[in-house]
Amino acid sequence: MSAVEVRNAVKRYGALAALDEVTLAVPEGEFFGLLGPSGSGKTTLLRAIAGFVVPDSGEIRIDGQRIEGVPVHKRGIGMVFQNYALFPHLSVFDNVAFGLSVRGVPAGEIRSRVAEALRLVRLSGLEERRPRQLSGGQQQRVALARALVTRPKVLLLDEPLGALDKRLRQEMQVELKLIQRTVGITTIFVTHDQEEALTLSDRIAILSEGRLVQVGPPAEVYERPATRFAAEFLGEANLFAGRAEAGALRTPSGLAIFSALPLPPGREAILAVRPEKIQLADLAMRAPDGANRIEGRILRSIYSGSSIAYRVEVPGQELTVFEQNRAARAREEGAAVALTWAPEHSIPVAP
Amino acid sequence: MTVGAVPAARAAPVARAGRERGLAAAGLIGPAYLWLLLTIFLPLSAMLLFSFLTVAPFGAREAEFTLKHYAAFFQKEFYRTLTWRSLRLGFDVTFWCVLIGYPTALALARHVPGRWREALFLLIVLPFWSNALVRVFSWTMVLRGGGLIDQAAQAVWPEAPSLGILFTYPAIVVGLVHSFLPYMILTCYLSLQAIEPSLEEAALSLGASPLTSFRRVTLPLSLPGMLVGVVLIFVPVIGSFMEPRILGGPEGIMLGTVIEDQFTVVFNWPLGAALSYILLAIVLLLIALAAPILGRPLAAASGR
Repeated sequence: MSAVEVRNAVKRYGALAALDEVTLAVPEGEFFGLLGPSGSGKTTLLRAIAGFVVPDSGEIRIDGQRIEGVPVHKRGIGMVFQNYALFPHLSVFDNVAFGLSVRGVPAGEIRSRVAEALRLVRLSGLEERRPRQLSGGQQQRVALARALVTRPKVLLLDEPLGALDKRLRQEMQVELKLIQRTVGITTIFVTHDQEEALTLSDRIAILSEGRLVQVGPPAEVYERPATRFAAEFLGEANLFAGRAEAGALRTPSGLAIFSALPLPPGREAILAVRPEKIQLADLAMRAPDGANRIEGRILRSIYSGSSIAYRVEVPGQELTVFEQNRAARAREEGAAVALTWAPEHSIPVAP
Repeated sequence: MTVGAVPAARAAPVARAGRERGLAAAGLIGPAYLWLLLTIFLPLSAMLLFSFLTVAPFGAREAEFTLKHYAAFFQKEFYRTLTWRSLRLGFDVTFWCVLIGYPTALALARHVPGRWREALFLLIVLPFWSNALVRVFSWTMVLRGGGLIDQAAQAVWPEAPSLGILFTYPAIVVGLVHSFLPYMILTCYLSLQAIEPSLEEAALSLGASPLTSFRRVTLPLSLPGMLVGVVLIFVPVIGSFMEPRILGGPEGIMLGTVIEDQFTVVFNWPLGAALSYILLAIVLLLIALAAPILGRPLAAASGR
């Protein structure tokens, strides 16, 4: 049985559909990421599961129970808000104890469970502090402890790491995943940060304009994007549009792109190729049999330390290629190069 | 050592920047305090002096130093009764302002959409824009026997007994609550508005019912605004004289009206001044006594 199940959920704000027939199931213990640009409906979906948004139609189940009519405080969820929403007038201890004390848990049990939750997020000893006296990362941990201490059925995270700086965010990603594994709690989180989604999630759902575009494990969604939107939103992608002919796609400018995957013969199609799958070489270099090889000219290089991004002009379009920074110096702008990649890296995507 | 020299070299401009900021602050604050000094502190000092004189030193009258005006307050039962009446009026008016004002502010801050909110705010501050005297006299027409309330009641039920409450204690309270309610609504609204809606959502997500969420999150965080409103209303109400006089008639004798009489009718400025200062002392004493109670939620809500 799925811990959380959404079926045909629809939510409209006037003419705008924030949720458009969304259906998904999150199994017990999974770390599930909702990824999408702002306005894609990811936050609406999370808030619908939490109960702050009531869908116009469709079903939402937690542990198999339909909960559309159940108010927020009876849904047994734990939630971490984007700005943490810690109670400023309460100490760290009282913040974490809040969910237990409103349930009438005896004081002794509250003390031991709060201590346990604070140990889990490594904040023991800060019980008497006020939220304002904590750093952003510490506030984040308090919010997490507060949401976990009531042992909810589902943990909902709304852009949990969005307010932290990059280094702290990476540390917290590792820790968040570790805590989630330790507790084993079904977790749904919202993010617009693709790297965060790839790092944390067991499975990712990509949303666009209120619709689910693709759902799957990070590697699958990244390596085999289903649509052009998924290819371009999660990571970067070079797109070739043209007509499919006998195992290859021919672009209007005359390029023939091979794909290992079936193409609809005689029809318009789009192939997506990730920038790091393409190899750059001198013109003299020959491609292995069956590989794609096109020639181009380097327009500019963007240095970013461990790798270098090149913009390369090929007939009819420009491509982006990532190359590991192994050479002593970057390729010169204006240099002619051969671009090669294996046909299994040409992924047909829906428009 | 160059390493040691760097902070020293940097310290001078930092100190200068600090001084400049101090000057700028003085320049910004200065005019306001100069104005207050001239218009409030000097006349108040003159009044304080008067309160210790036998007669106001106008014309050729000979004034001598005396404490008899202050002594009068403690000797005559009459003044203590009046003080008690004024304090009770202060408590009653403040109580009704909280009871009506806080829920109004809560509804405005949480449940009224933007454009309606502006219109409703306009209605709330409208009393501020009308002349206070006109406002109070309009109340006499509403509250008197056979007035608007009576006419309305008798239009529905011809046998209705008179509801006229003019020249009673409740009439004074009605008039004062009407005058001071906007302060309570505005101060409560501002502090409610400053509470992140996600805090209430967090409380709900943690299993608190909406009522518990209000009691344990919203109310404590908005208490400072309510307390500011309480002080803003309580202090002027216990010194008020116009509403008690016009709406209370013979029932409206308060410390404020007696003080007014000393200045305008009896022309005993020294006694009026002494009574004013006693009233001021009572207010300060009350605030000092309440400070520990008032201070706690203020400190808690600011997260310190």
